[in-house]
Amino acid sequence: MTTLLNRFRQLYGANPLHLLAFIASFALAGYAATELFHTMTIRVAVWFVGAALGHDLLLVPLYSLANISLAKIWQRVPRPESVPWLNYIRFPVAISALLLVIFFPEISRRRTAQFASSGLSNHPYFAHWLLITGILFAVSALTYAIRLRRVSGPSAPPS
Amino acid sequence: MVNRGAVVRVPRPLSSVAPPPGPFRRGFFRSPLRGPWLTAFFGSILLVGITLLFATGLLSYDAYNPGLHGNSTTRGHHVTGLLLFDWPTHPYWLYRVTQGVHVTLGLVLIPVLLAKLWSVIPKLFESPPVRSPAHLIERASLLLLVGGAIFEFVTGIMNVQYWYRFPGSFYTLHLYGAWVFMAAFAVHVGMKFPKMVRALRSRRMRDVLRTDVAHTEPEPPDPDHLVSPSPARPTMSRRGLLGLVGASSLTVFVVTAGQSIGGWTRRLAVLAPRDADIASGPNGFQVNKRAAEVGITAAQTDSSWQLMLRGSPGAVPVTFTRAALLAMPQHTADLPIACVEGWSTGNQKWTGIRLRDLAALAGVTSPSTLNVRSLQKRGAFTAVTLAGNQVMNGDSLLALQVNDVDLSMDHGYPARIIVPANPGVHNTKWVSQLTFMA
Repeated sequence: MTTLLNRFRQLYGANPLHLLAFIASFALAGYAATELFHTMTIRVAVWFVGAALGHDLLLVPLYSLANISLAKIWQRVPRPESVPWLNYIRFPVAISALLLVIFFPEISRRRTAQFASSGLSNHPYFAHWLLITGILFAVSALTYAIRLRRVSGPSAPPS
Repeated sequence: MVNRGAVVRVPRPLSSVAPPPGPFRRGFFRSPLRGPWLTAFFGSILLVGITLLFATGLLSYDAYNPGLHGNSTTRGHHVTGLLLFDWPTHPYWLYRVTQGVHVTLGLVLIPVLLAKLWSVIPKLFESPPVRSPAHLIERASLLLLVGGAIFEFVTGIMNVQYWYRFPGSFYTLHLYGAWVFMAAFAVHVGMKFPKMVRALRSRRMRDVLRTDVAHTEPEPPDPDHLVSPSPARPTMSRRGLLGLVGASSLTVFVVTAGQSIGGWTRRLAVLAPRDADIASGPNGFQVNKRAAEVGITAAQTDSSWQLMLRGSPGAVPVTFTRAALLAMPQHTADLPIACVEGWSTGNQKWTGIRLRDLAALAGVTSPSTLNVRSLQKRGAFTAVTLAGNQVMNGDSLLALQVNDVDLSMDHGYPARIIVPANPGVHNTKWVSQLTFMA
């Protein structure tokens, strides 16, 4: 029995419970998929797989590149400052970009006619997003100023 | 300060083929923050959050009473239908809370999901890509997990913004997409839970919160290779990253949650699709669909309008003019409108005839269902079936007035349904016909 189990482990790469758990999982997913793919099978599949690929191979490289570029600039700029400014840019940029991505449909006014007639003006969202972005940068700048003052203020010992 | 030269390199697993260049090479990903603790931290938040999302999502499915005639928003309800129960009418704010939590929590979890996926991205490029049949199965399941998670969030985000560009009915996609995702999620949690607990115990939150950038060091090398073998000098502390994710979630919360919480917070919800009233005055509160949009005309709702009441089969249908309905005993109930898209109104004062009184008029003293038809011909939910418990609740009305004035066209003039804890789209507007079944 143990040798059989070991043989299975060797061939499969994990114990039989692992296989059983995944069979159960795929069975449930398969059942749901028959409903999910009942109409427009190809397009739904493209959406499902595209969701994973779009995130992993598009979104992550894009924001990583933006982040690395920003850090590179930060490293090259002469840094006399006593408080590194990098993260005071990263925070408002990241949060503002996230809001833009999440609320892109309404910010870009890409909506169906249904929304247009539902009673709310669709104009303010872009302005609201700009306003929030402004507030995020202002809060970041204020925090930076306070930290700078704390480090290099008149009460601080000369370094 | 981390000295790159001092980092101990983990020996590579024996492999006959060298991995292709780029992200497949270990050491390509250099963030000093990635590691089992960080992944476990975000994972533990998602474990609680996604479980709550799934639960509130299933409740919303149930709230539509999809087992009743014509209500199912999907092709049927098959196996998942076994979970159905009679959606209650108490407390009257039930759907407002469950659906507000579902939508708001979903939005707030986006930064956590992105951070979690970022923390494990090196695993996508692990080399060799497949080590054993077990590993192949795990990776196939991960496609369902990641694809499912993004699919669910994207369809949800699009739907609350009324951007119906997904392939098919939102209900079908979001419900069955959730089951595919949860199948993979359950097995993933089952496999990773002990590892998550171990990783969480590997460092104390207090220490993480006390460590600044200069003192931030990579986690010890781990068997899953989440920790970079050649970490870059940190430019952000671990607490900084947690702060970024937390600040992102907080911002999303502040600019959206007011559409569900109401009161003064509604004014903060500047990015919520339903952040403002449509007008001032007693009929000014939000609507989902306006009369003009679904083709309701003044000619249909003028004095020629009549309500048709049907009851026991064989009996002659009775019709009522609006004046006749107004002459009947009126009841008032303070109830909110709560939409599947997460927004809700505060309590509005509805006045009209109790549905159970209308049932008695139709000759059905204990109705099992009530089928409501609207003048609306276009779009979904032109007819809805309410359950017996919804009809018999004393606050369930065929409302003729709201906040002491006649309903406006957009709010369903001449008459609309209002039932406690009922999803917004089931509170049918522009009612033309009521059929009570014993």
